[in-house]
Parts: sequence; structure tokens; C-alpha cells
Amino acid sequence: MARAALPGRLTWRAATLAESRGETPTARTLVLDVPDWPGHLPGQHVDVRLTAPDGYRAQRSYSIASAWPKEEGGKVELTVQRLDDGEVSPYLTDVLEVGDQIELRGPVGGWFVWRETQPHPVLLIGGGSGVVPLMAMVRARGLSRAKQPFRLIYSVRGPGDLIYREELPRHVRDDPGFDLFLNYTRQAPDGWPNPPKRIDVATINSHGWPPDFTPDVYVCGPTTFVETAADILVALGHDPKRIRTERFGGTS
Amino acid sequence: MMKLDGNAMAGDLREIFAFDVTAAQYTCAGCGHAEAIGALMLWGQEMGRVARCPHCDDVVLSLVHAPDRVFLDLRGAVRLELPLAGS
Amino acid sequence: MAIISRGFGGRRRESVPGLPPGQYLTHDFPVLSAGPTPRIPLDRWSFTVTTETGDKTSWNWREFTALPYEDFNTDIHCVTKWSKLGTTWRGVSLDTLLADVETAADYTMVHSFGGYTTNVPMEDLLDGKAWIAYKFDGEDLEPEHGGPARMLVPHLYFWKSAKWVNGLQMMQEDEPGFWEAAGYHMYGDPWLEQRYQGD
Repeated sequence: MARAALPGRLTWRAATLAESRGETPTARTLVLDVPDWPGHLPGQHVDVRLTAPDGYRAQRSYSIASAWPKEEGGKVELTVQRLDDGEVSPYLTDVLEVGDQIELRGPVGGWFVWRETQPHPVLLIGGGSGVVPLMAMVRARGLSRAKQPFRLIYSVRGPGDLIYREELPRHVRDDPGFDLFLNYTRQAPDGWPNPPKRIDVATINSHGWPPDFTPDVYVCGPTTFVETAADILVALGHDPKRIRTERFGGTS
Repeated sequence: MMKLDGNAMAGDLREIFAFDVTAAQYTCAGCGHAEAIGALMLWGQEMGRVARCPHCDDVVLSLVHAPDRVFLDLRGAVRLELPLAGS
Repeated sequence: MAIISRGFGGRRRESVPGLPPGQYLTHDFPVLSAGPTPRIPLDRWSFTVTTETGDKTSWNWREFTALPYEDFNTDIHCVTKWSKLGTTWRGVSLDTLLADVETAADYTMVHSFGGYTTNVPMEDLLDGKAWIAYKFDGEDLEPEHGGPARMLVPHLYFWKSAKWVNGLQMMQEDEPGFWEAAGYHMYGDPWLEQRYQGD
């Protein structure tokens, strides 16, 4: 549950774009100003709703990318991956400008969440923009100097698709007990020791935690990626009840 | 392929209940399996939320949004176990 | 009190005159499903009509596709607000299918592989108003879109055009099918905007 639970039922409210950062040619981080934000837990998401002048509406969910600090200075950030045939994402990545408003409902989600009180090691497996809620967990761990060992397996098509490309190595360097494995599926950088391939048993076996470490596992990304990874984890012997998944829909 | 996890309806449920329900445990009326609401398989897309037990595929919960009201059908859940605030 | 998002237009859809109220024209074919897509091999397929007295008539795939069929063109309207005009289908009219079935029932329940159901009044299936369709746009109907065969009742909202049909049950009284029990309208006339219970 969020630290300060919202009283009563949650409804839609206005959020204003305060800042934005390009992460890749097709992904953008939006920094939103949301009045009276109660804070959020890493892994939670928001529902975003857009209304056209003729009343037409579209709604999608986006994971919160930022961690909420215990002191002042917290921000609500979403990292949006542009889907070419998407209805909402191209608007958020290409059209939305600083000062524009969208409607937001959140923070929501109490299941796909990491809490510092969880004592187990953590395995994060992200495909493409599935890394976003996992990054919130990595950032939260960094802010609180938590000691649970974290391993992140981040699968992307190629170097141009790597979100948080500068910040991830900083966490590896500065946060003891955080390890990162990048899995390229289509195109690897020059000199990369591993040829590109889709995530498989060998990858998760080598770069994940052994099942008898009873890690808390979080898998996020497109639906087929999540199902592949979850099947591999169960086949390797991980307890299905310790695996939390967040499917982003889509077909690949 | 087009399915999502129960966590994706956290916002819809949070509009009805005054706390997060996705971490609650359901017991399936069809097969008796118990797991978190967040682990349900979510179908229905824009028509509504059809949340199926990952164990037996029966519908545990359905939620349909009309403009001015929400229809929530829980008959596929024999029981819900809800953690209270502070836990 | 919605916030209008500057510059948001949504997917390629227009609000054009001639559509039922509240609908927008689409040029793609969105897929919505209440559950996993059933995969039915044709040698396991059957369609069974059960009357209110329990009498059954069945067709297997060979028998069904040997029935007189129609190639036709129709508009479809989804309750989620998209409409698609001029869709082309091949199917067997319910008039053909029910020609030799004796029934006095006023209501029916359409059944599908996978458990989906939807209720349609008998008179909304007859007189050229409904088909069991097995080709779309000249091709075999894909499983995603309801293949091997789906109900087609275009004058009602498209959730009444049940995918993966395997039977029709006559009923003396109207009862809600899957989406109707979940909150959608018992009848579903797009021209009267009968989307939800109580509309």
C-alpha cells in the first residue's frame, strides 16, 4: 500500500508536463507535475487518459519510472516507448509539450511492487520498455542504500533501444550488490562478447539467481516476452508464486 | 497474446474500493486455486475487465464501465482475503 | 469535467454522418476477446440447434459448408464505439439453418467453443437478419476473428455476433449471456444506443 493512502476512492485528475528527456530516438521520459501526489511504491503505475475535442477518449497504463524519496524532491516520471501503431504513445512522445495537461489516475497497483521490507534477493527481467517499473525498483534501492542483492536482465533489440543507458552503469558502479546483464536480441554493439539472441534458458540460468535463493522475481515487457521468461523461470525451478509479471499487451 | 495481468485493473478497482485490491487473494469458485488478484489473466480490452483464474481459466471477476456506473461481478470468487492498511 | 488534450485526435477514425449515435468509423479491425482464442480443428467442429423441447439438430463442418450460402456485404458496429462499413462475408443464413427446426420459442442463447454466450431474440435471427459466417473478405475466417465460424447479427452491437459458435439453444424466456450478465444491454440496438443494462 502507498505510504500515505489516498482517502476514499481514486479518480482522474489533471497532470501537467513540467519537463521531458529523450531516452532513445523512440522513448521519452515525461516529468509530470501532479498536485498533492501522495508518493508511490516502485512498480506502481498510473492510468493516463486523453480526450479529443470531439469527446473521443483513449486510456493506457504507464509504469512510474521514478522512485519516491523519503525526503523532499520526489518527482512523478513516466518513460513512454513510442509504438508506431499506437494511439496514445505517439501523442505522449511526439505531441505533448511542457505546459500541456493530461488526465491521470494513480498511483495504483499493489501487487507488482517491491518493498524494502522484502528480505529476499531480487531478480528483475525486463524486455524493451518493460524495464521502466524495474528501473523504479533499482532507483528506490539506490536511494535507500538497501542491501538486498538485485540482478537485472534487460533485453533490448539493439544499442539504440537502450533506455537509461547512462544511469544503469552508474547504479552498477555506485550501488553495491546491483548487477546488470544486457541481452541484445537483434543487434549487438561492436565488440560485444555475445551474439544477438532472444532471451533463453542459458541467459536466465547464468544471470539470474538460483531457485534455492528464493528470489522475488519481477518480469515486465510485451506479453510474449513475459510468457517466455516466466515459462523459463518455472522450468528452472522457481516457485511460480514468487514470480510477478506485468504484461504490456501487444504481440511481440 | 492480448491478455494482461490483473495488476492492469488496479486503477479500475481503486475507483471502487478505497484501497488497493490487487494484492488481495481470491479463491476461485471453479477450481479452488488461491492467488493474488494481480495474477489473474485479464481479457476484455475496451469492453471491460474479464479476469480469469490462471489455473483453470474460469472467470473470477468481471468489471464493466458504463458512463455513470460500474458493474462488478465477483461470483467467480468464493472469497477475497484483503490485507488491511499497515500490513 | 474532462481535460481536453491539445492536439490529440486518436487513431484514424472519423465521426461521419450515417453512423449510429456515438460511433466512429474505423479502417482496421480491432480484436476484442473475453478469453483465450479456442483452436478448433475442423474435424472436431459441430453446430447444434437445441429446441425448447430438447430436440437437437447437428451439422459437422462438411455438412455445414455444403449448405446454401450467401456472399454479402454489411456494416458492423461495436459497443466500444468503432464501426466498420462494407465488410464482406460468406455465411449460411439462419433462415436456411432453421428451416426444418420446429420451435415456438421467442428467445435464443448462442453458444461458443470456450464458453462464451450471448442471447438474441428469435425474430432477430430470421428474415435475412443473421448468418453463421465462415469467410471474411474472401478468406477463411481467422481464429482471431472467430473462425472456423461465427454468428453475424449486424443490426445489433457486434458482441452479439458471437465468435467460435458451436450451438444455438431456444429459450422460452430471455436470459442474459456473458456480456449481458456483466452489465451490457439485453438487446443491444446501436441505433437506440442500447449499450448497457438500464439504457
